[in-house]
Amino acid sequence: MDEAGIYARLAEIFEDVFEDDSIQLTPQLAAKDVDGWDSLTHIRLILTIERAFKIKFSTLEIGKLENVGDLAALIQARA
Amino acid sequence: MNELYSELQWLPRAPQDFSERLRALNRTNGALGRELQTLALHALDLNQLIRLSRAVDRALAEGHQLGHLAPFRLAVLSNSTIDLVVPALVASAVRHGIALEVIQPSYDQVAQEVLTPDSMVNRSRPDAVLFALDYRALPLKLSLGDGEVAAATVRGVLAYMQMLRDGIKAQSNAICIFQSFAPPAERLFGSLDRILPGTLKSLLDDINCQMAAMVAGSGDVLLDVAGLAETIGLADWHDPQLWNMAKFSFSDQLVPLYADHIARVLAAIRGKTRKVLILDLDNTVWGGVIGDDGLDGIQIAQGDARGEAHLAVQRLALDLRRRGIVLAVSSKNTDEVAREPFLKHPEMLLKLDDIAVFQANWKDKATNIQAIADQLSLGLDAMVFVDDNPAERGLVRMLLPQVAVPELPEEPAYYARTLAAAGYFEAISFAAEDLKRAGFYQDNARRAELQKQVGGVDDYLASLQMTITFQPFDATGRARIVQLINKSNQYNLTTRRYTEPEVAEVENDPAVFTLQVRLTDICGDNGMISVVVCRPGKAGEWEIDTWLMSCRVLGRTVEHWTLREILLNAREAGVQKLVGIYRPTDRNGLVVDHYAKLGFTQVASDASGMTCWELAVEAAAPEGAPMTIVTLNSALSAENVPV
Repeated sequence: MDEAGIYARLAEIFEDVFEDDSIQLTPQLAAKDVDGWDSLTHIRLILTIERAFKIKFSTLEIGKLENVGDLAALIQARA
Repeated sequence: MNELYSELQWLPRAPQDFSERLRALNRTNGALGRELQTLALHALDLNQLIRLSRAVDRALAEGHQLGHLAPFRLAVLSNSTIDLVVPALVASAVRHGIALEVIQPSYDQVAQEVLTPDSMVNRSRPDAVLFALDYRALPLKLSLGDGEVAAATVRGVLAYMQMLRDGIKAQSNAICIFQSFAPPAERLFGSLDRILPGTLKSLLDDINCQMAAMVAGSGDVLLDVAGLAETIGLADWHDPQLWNMAKFSFSDQLVPLYADHIARVLAAIRGKTRKVLILDLDNTVWGGVIGDDGLDGIQIAQGDARGEAHLAVQRLALDLRRRGIVLAVSSKNTDEVAREPFLKHPEMLLKLDDIAVFQANWKDKATNIQAIADQLSLGLDAMVFVDDNPAERGLVRMLLPQVAVPELPEEPAYYARTLAAAGYFEAISFAAEDLKRAGFYQDNARRAELQKQVGGVDDYLASLQMTITFQPFDATGRARIVQLINKSNQYNLTTRRYTEPEVAEVENDPAVFTLQVRLTDICGDNGMISVVVCRPGKAGEWEIDTWLMSCRVLGRTVEHWTLREILLNAREAGVQKLVGIYRPTDRNGLVVDHYAKLGFTQVASDASGMTCWELAVEAAAPEGAPMTIVTLNSALSAENVPV
């Protein structure tokens, strides 16, 4: 999948999980920038992304994610 | 992962516009509860369940009434992370007709919350407490090969459970819902783990066994998580990565299923377990179409792969009937043709005698199902309808949304499993009377026949040769009393609900007058059909707190004889006045003039339609149709009034 496709799908997932269609996804977007992005929501996000893209992240990879850019890169490598 | 279970495939798939429909919910009309329930009656994933639960929370916070949904307050105590389970529970509860409020204290504070008298849980006075514990919460010590130490370990765990239970009961009458423990998928030895005492597997097996014994007949409930995990498969149930990262005690993919199972138990506690299974015939109960294929062409033979699939459906239906679920048939066929296999096919397991109402005609199935409900005097929300044809299923779901209609897979071999997986008949108790319930409905059908033959109503009632038996609440009748109190909606004056511990309390309270009423007649035994609770009110008064009756015995003057029994006891107790209250609901319009009919005088009413009535105790005790009256174990000496 190409980067644009990944970001489009991620935008849908973020809207689903956060119930907010106003979140702008940029590579620098991180948990601290979004209301309600706590550790539990982070898990929900990861699980939803894994199911949607039919991939599995390792614990190590999840631990290293700092922002949406890292996430998109990981998905691109896997999907 | 078996998708029948993980994706709740007996439920229709979520609509594409689920999010839009949720957002568009009309908060101003009174149907919010119904609209939420309609949305919940689909297979929803965890994110959708969470969104639905937020809509429920918002509605409750804004003070909206959720109408017909029964309120329930559940405290959930866990050693694991349940933050995603809780909203799934709220949404799944809506599916089963419950408006759920969850009390969730801080993570892993189980013993503290239970043992501190003014803890959040104890102060909230929940209806039930769910101990959502997994095996990692237990004081377990492996003692490989040492049977004595293993037995002591198991006793220790049961003592811990008992302590939790005692802690809750000391503060409230809440029902305790315990969970059996799903062992890890990994074994230490292999097969020997099951045989050797003191392995994790054999310890958990013993613990689960003893917990079942601890809960049996107690009024508390066991959620068989071990059984659920077994059905899914332990390897899919447990997710080590999720435990490590976030302390989820089982895979997130199974949260919707787990939540639905808890919701079923809560619905059972509130008396919403369904009572009737309505079967389509062609391609459901046999392979093929009887009208086209004839007796020789339909497939129900042993040894025939397709036939065995349909026999499995028949076998499940028979097993359900044996435990008290009523069977009915709704088929698009001429009546004669539909009955043929029941009467003549040697491989049919179901007999006509097993079917309480047999509707085979060319009318639409929604009309038939309504007729079945009317004939059984049961609400549509007691019905389950099974049909292989998606068009028929869709029609019934649209016209009669209160009827449960499971989706069925293409392959008939999975029909029986799908119906069972849906859990419409989940029960939390089993009274000996349940075994006879299906028979009661058949007896009723026979009475309906009798009524057609006999002249007027009076002659008919006399011809029934009824015997009515009155006795106070006792331990033997308790399960059935609790069932009646929680399931009676139509002939119910106050719809006051009691849990089992509350009924036990009333049983032993000498100030409260109670009646359990049984009725037999020439056609059979109706079992317990009415419950009365009178409490002392002002000096010299009894307030009738509960008066309910099974609709099976409407029009038989049971209520007249019951009033007579209440008056005789009231006189004996030195009471001068009976006070009755009618609290209207959307189900009990039937009894709006119950007290007027019995000679009470209305003394008050209010805007909600609630009415208050009085009767002086020296008033003449009414008589009804001729009956033999039997009084047992009461303050009065036993009276036999033969007629």
